[in-house]
Amino acid sequence: MFSPVQALGQITIKHVRDLGRMGWFILYSLYMIARRPGRPRYILKQMRFIGTKSLFVIVLTAAFTGMVLGLQGYYTLAKFGSEGMLGTAVALSLIRELGPVLSALMVTGRAGSAITAEIGIMRISEQIDAMETMALDPFKYLITPKFIAAMISLPLLCALFDVVGIYGGWLVGVKLLGVNPGAYFYEMEKSVEWRDVYSGIVKSFSFGIIIAWIGCYKGYFSGHGAEGVSRATTESVVLTSVIILVWDYFLTSILL
Amino acid sequence: MIKLTDVHKSFGTQKVLNGLDLEIPEGMITAIIGPSGEGKSVLLKHIIGLLQPDSGRIEVDGESIQGLRRSQLNRIREKFGMLFQNAALFDSMSVFENVAFPLQEKTKLSGAEIRRRVLSALEDVGLKNVENKFPDELSGGMKKRVGLARAVVLNPKIILFDEPTTGLDPVIKRAIHHLIRETHAKFGFTAVIVSHEIPEIFDIAQNVAMLYQGKILQHGTPEEIQNSTHPVVRQFISGSLDGPIHMV
Repeated sequence: MFSPVQALGQITIKHVRDLGRMGWFILYSLYMIARRPGRPRYILKQMRFIGTKSLFVIVLTAAFTGMVLGLQGYYTLAKFGSEGMLGTAVALSLIRELGPVLSALMVTGRAGSAITAEIGIMRISEQIDAMETMALDPFKYLITPKFIAAMISLPLLCALFDVVGIYGGWLVGVKLLGVNPGAYFYEMEKSVEWRDVYSGIVKSFSFGIIIAWIGCYKGYFSGHGAEGVSRATTESVVLTSVIILVWDYFLTSILL
Repeated sequence: MIKLTDVHKSFGTQKVLNGLDLEIPEGMITAIIGPSGEGKSVLLKHIIGLLQPDSGRIEVDGESIQGLRRSQLNRIREKFGMLFQNAALFDSMSVFENVAFPLQEKTKLSGAEIRRRVLSALEDVGLKNVENKFPDELSGGMKKRVGLARAVVLNPKIILFDEPTTGLDPVIKRAIHHLIRETHAKFGFTAVIVSHEIPEIFDIAQNVAMLYQGKILQHGTPEEIQNSTHPVVRQFISGSLDGPIHMV
């Protein structure tokens, strides 16, 4: 018979064990990246999946994010007669914050979930065991290519998000609401510093690591059967999204 | 030789292996039989180090496989090939890529030589013109054959077969058993077969071990097992509902 204290203790032990396993997973993945990063064709295949195949969703969300920023920014700035600052507002919001975070959340939904499902299905159908019986390290073939691909793809997708978003803001601000086109880009150029761009790159790079880490980890240790994989996929998306937002706060406070 | 000494393994409160002792002789076909859910697949996974025992000792060619680093374990695993119950083919790879994968990753052979060996291994298991198909386009029997081709392509010293004929029709079953016997005669590997196929398994195995309640109940030649007077062995072989084995 379990007392509430015992139950609490068991839950605590389980979570501490899970945290330890997650820590081991990322450390071993980074060690393997440094030691045996895997064949370039595996990495390129993953870059195609994580990066290239995310282009459409990134362009679409970036365009509408930029457009809504243009609308909201214009409405707010017009109250102070500073419509000319619209370019700056849109660009800084995108480059420093929305570009890295939204592109990462989009990739989490599209690729992070698929990574978990793929590895989870390989786990339950014994494909990972089969690889181990061949004396091959599954990390080299399944995990590290995804880490490297995510670390390269996320900053590039973020850069694309920023550019498309800025033009989305330009479309609404300049073409629809009549903001001076020169002011839109001139003010932007004057205010955006290299430090802002750098912080966006650092953020999206680290978000790439988080997406690969949680996506692969949840798949690698998914439970039994279709239900186990489905649960792992859901947990992967939720946990990745939460960690991205929490990590974004800490990173912003460091990089500001 | 593979030697298991006093091996114990539990999953939660369920004890699966309970002081198991077994010696698997080199170069012979050893069958492990026993009722479903008795831990036969668990036993195979211990032999290749996919699972670690709670206690006891497992040796392959006199070398313990416990407490090893991954690189050390991989060195021992290079002696093995394994055919999984569901073949465990890589579903994102074609048949050719599946069989070629161990050759590409473990050898420095040229592309042409790999192609030759893959096609030869597929031919050995009776498959032709399937190399461009994907696993989901194959029947259960074909998947097992591809799995067998992948298991033998590196010419391993030991091959583990986890229920190689479960779920197949009688003709395909016989064909798979024939293939195992043929490939064994050709390559001379040590074979460990987990199987429920009574009495067919007695035709291909040279040793039979009966696993029951986490231990090897009886171990001997097929004739010795078939002539056993032990009530559990008798009931299992005859498939009778009456006896010490209670499944329902």
